[in-house]
Amino acid sequence: MSISSEQVTHIARLARLKTDPEKSEYFAKNLSRIMGLVEQMNQIDTDGIEPMSHPQDTALRLREDVVTAKNLREQYQALAPSAQDGLYLVPKVIE
Amino acid sequence: MHQKSIAEHANSLAKGEYSSVELTEHFLKRIESNSDLNAFITVTDQLAREQATQADQLIKAGKAGLLTGIPIAQKDLLCAKGVLTTCGSRILENFISPYDATVITKLHEQGMVTLGKTNMDEFAMGSSNETSFYGPVKNPWDLERVPGGSSGGSAAAVAAMLAPVATATDTGGSIRQPAALCGLTGIKPSYGRVSRFGMVAFASSLDQAGVITRNAEDAALVLAAMSGFDPRDSTSLDVPVPDYVASLQDSIKGKVIGLPKEFFGDGVEPDVADAVQASIRELEALGAKTIEVELPNSEVGIPCYYVLAPAEASSNLSRFDGVRYGFRADEYLDLNDMYEQTRAQGFGEEVQRRIMIGTYVLSSGYYDAYYIKAQKLRRLISDDFTKAFEKCDLIAGPTAPDTAFRIGDKNDDPVAMYLNDIFTNSVNLAGLPGISVAAGMDRKNLPVGLHLIGRYLDESTILNVAHQFQRATGWHLKMPGGYE
Repeated sequence: MSISSEQVTHIARLARLKTDPEKSEYFAKNLSRIMGLVEQMNQIDTDGIEPMSHPQDTALRLREDVVTAKNLREQYQALAPSAQDGLYLVPKVIE
Repeated sequence: MHQKSIAEHANSLAKGEYSSVELTEHFLKRIESNSDLNAFITVTDQLAREQATQADQLIKAGKAGLLTGIPIAQKDLLCAKGVLTTCGSRILENFISPYDATVITKLHEQGMVTLGKTNMDEFAMGSSNETSFYGPVKNPWDLERVPGGSSGGSAAAVAAMLAPVATATDTGGSIRQPAALCGLTGIKPSYGRVSRFGMVAFASSLDQAGVITRNAEDAALVLAAMSGFDPRDSTSLDVPVPDYVASLQDSIKGKVIGLPKEFFGDGVEPDVADAVQASIRELEALGAKTIEVELPNSEVGIPCYYVLAPAEASSNLSRFDGVRYGFRADEYLDLNDMYEQTRAQGFGEEVQRRIMIGTYVLSSGYYDAYYIKAQKLRRLISDDFTKAFEKCDLIAGPTAPDTAFRIGDKNDDPVAMYLNDIFTNSVNLAGLPGISVAAGMDRKNLPVGLHLIGRYLDESTILNVAHQFQRATGWHLKMPGGYE
């Protein structure tokens, strides 16, 4: 299994990671090695096996639909790279 | 003073031989004079002094518990209120957590004193502590070698006795492998035993917090304090926590230890294999019985893990976008470029690699071939353990295939690095408890770890066997030269 540098560029775009041709080429090499390892999964037949998404198949617990958290907006927004008037500021997206 | 166990410290504090403030200052001095190990990212000396002063008041008033006034180091993956919490990453280089992880809350409620936050592989992705943005950690047994990872700072801190105990987390071996490489005791409890609230997520169906200590008794004491139901973690189990300390003294006569032949194959270094075999004979001398068991699907544990863990990571780490907290790139063209530049500059190479693998295996057209396939294998691996535990009470083998390797030796080959976790990560896939205990030395005078795996929710048995093993052998008492 090999991954091309074009595929890396596509994956990096999906994952919002800046890349350039040199970086894509570099990652293509070691991602291909890792996918070679991953291919070893195919030596075992898994037909009819139920996928397991969680250890011991425990289900997520539900709780009453009531408000439990306090509003800590100011405290949390103090950590933001850029915030003003209760809003997170990002580069302009609509002209 | 720093060589004592937690129970011995508790006794000395109760008798007034020294105060928690004196004990805390002693460890803070050791941290400062051994800063070349790079075990800590942040030293919380002011917080530690305040907590120690409060602990001394409780001790004087006769209101102290066994852990009151005992110093502890916290892995920098656990959020601590008002304290820098980096996860070893540049992307959280300025993140002062606004709240405490439940683990930290529980330990502070017991009166424990937080000395600082320990170095780690970035977002716990690594087995050598070399992926940290804050630089590699050195192994106190040999400063040119790695301490293991991802909880390498926690392990180095306890091995060099800069702290009597440290919290750690384990997604594929990150507590047990560094404990093995540093000659320590490290336990990962069953999935759901310890709350994950405030523990920065790597792979949510695999992550569990535990402790690294110098002996099983200390591990039992601190793990008991960390464990228990937490409504703020939807995967936390609402089941009673057994008395881990009380069962330490039980005889292990008649306990059946399963030895999977897959754990004793070619890939294990001869010195490691010899030490583990000698340890098993020691356990037999204590009255345990051994039988061979099979874990036929364990050979695909690594490929299965390196699909599932990156898949979950790629989703979990999408939250780091330069908008709400943490690092943001200085220069960018537009919103998308801001995300891309921030993440490419904020995450190191290994984290980007895993995000890309995860994104790939979850992407359209590949999901069934990789992600679903890995989940099916996960069930087979888990079923193997269930079958093996019909015949035995616990499973034993080496923790890692080799002892500590040199800093830089495995940096160019991610696959060689991943194989360090070959014996540990199937335990996370099945959600079982596992412990590593010091079990001998190789010819380079580096520690070897013995790995004990328990039934689901049965931490008691592996702690009991580990404690009885330590009473009989004393490997855990060995200390790295220059730190005594």
